[in-house]
Amino acid sequence: MEIQDTKSTLEVTPRNNEKIKKIWKTAGILLALTVAEFIMAFTMDRGILLYVLFILLTIWKAKYIMMEFMHLGDEAKPLFYSIIVPLIFLVWLLIALAKEGTDIFLMRW
Amino acid sequence: MSAHSTAIGVSSKRGIWGGGNEPLKASYGKLMMWFFLLSDIFTFAAFLISYLAIRVSYPAYAGPADTFVGSNEYWPVPELVFEAVPFLHGIHAPLVFVGIMTFILISSSVTMVLAVEAGHRNDRNDVVKWMLWTMLGGITFLACQAWEWSHFIHGTDAGSVLTYINSLNREVTETVFGANLVVNEYGPAAFAQLFFFITGFHGFHVTIGVVLLFLAFYQAAVGVYDRRGHYEMIEKIGLYWHFVDLVWVFVFTLFYLI
Repeated sequence: MEIQDTKSTLEVTPRNNEKIKKIWKTAGILLALTVAEFIMAFTMDRGILLYVLFILLTIWKAKYIMMEFMHLGDEAKPLFYSIIVPLIFLVWLLIALAKEGTDIFLMRW
Repeated sequence: MSAHSTAIGVSSKRGIWGGGNEPLKASYGKLMMWFFLLSDIFTFAAFLISYLAIRVSYPAYAGPADTFVGSNEYWPVPELVFEAVPFLHGIHAPLVFVGIMTFILISSSVTMVLAVEAGHRNDRNDVVKWMLWTMLGGITFLACQAWEWSHFIHGTDAGSVLTYINSLNREVTETVFGANLVVNEYGPAAFAQLFFFITGFHGFHVTIGVVLLFLAFYQAAVGVYDRRGHYEMIEKIGLYWHFVDLVWVFVFTLFYLI
């Protein structure tokens, strides 16, 4: 009986340390932003300012995840825009539902 | 990008109209993964924005933090709800546990990129190693979430006295412990409903992700991708896994910070 050969026939290229360094750097940035959010949660007063800062920091983190980890920035431009541009609809959803929520609040209380 | 594509994404054998081309310089599978993720972004965004809308339709807890008691009259302060850590019963440690969970998920995202990077180099040993770490991170995250849910459902020692309409449609006033879909000791019923629904849907995605990670790990380990000639599957599953991390970043901000 023949033993299946699992030896790779593909050529293995050596590690590119610069690339790996960049990955860890991005991870460091994500961690730093999360720690910043934590510190803000305990030191700042709750209110619109804090919430806006939280959401901006979150979108900033999302940008790093999509651009560096998911390599969206390296894709062809049409692909990049076909993913990013539809997200504009969410801006309207956010505005509409935030208004709806505050109106319900005013009616109830 | 698959191994067969040329620099401009047109198959050299068949020309532009012969099929097998990659119009956006991304393979079919990768393209479809991106569009699936786009639709999933819309689903999660709809959930999270609805959370925000329902949240602002309730009054926020305004008093000092150390006198906080749960009530269905106002929305709770998250850092006073999520303040328990396993094995440290009764210790007030606001957001510590969820911080650990976030750290685990971000770390598993990092090991996933390292696996993708190793896949680009056709380095099977590195792919297998990093996939294993990623899987471990995913399973640990799920275990943490199971504990978090269990604690949320069972509640605190003291509970809260609430007046509410129970499942028999009768108004009752009693001490409520923990949370279910009808009533919870932390805040309005919608608070627990949204928590279960959104973190549950995210956890479901993580579960599927772990299954996919295992499949890719297994196939990489037995040399399927070597025989196929490329490690693109790692890349596609990587996209999904990063997306799960991406959603968690937003869940974390909306549920635990705001």
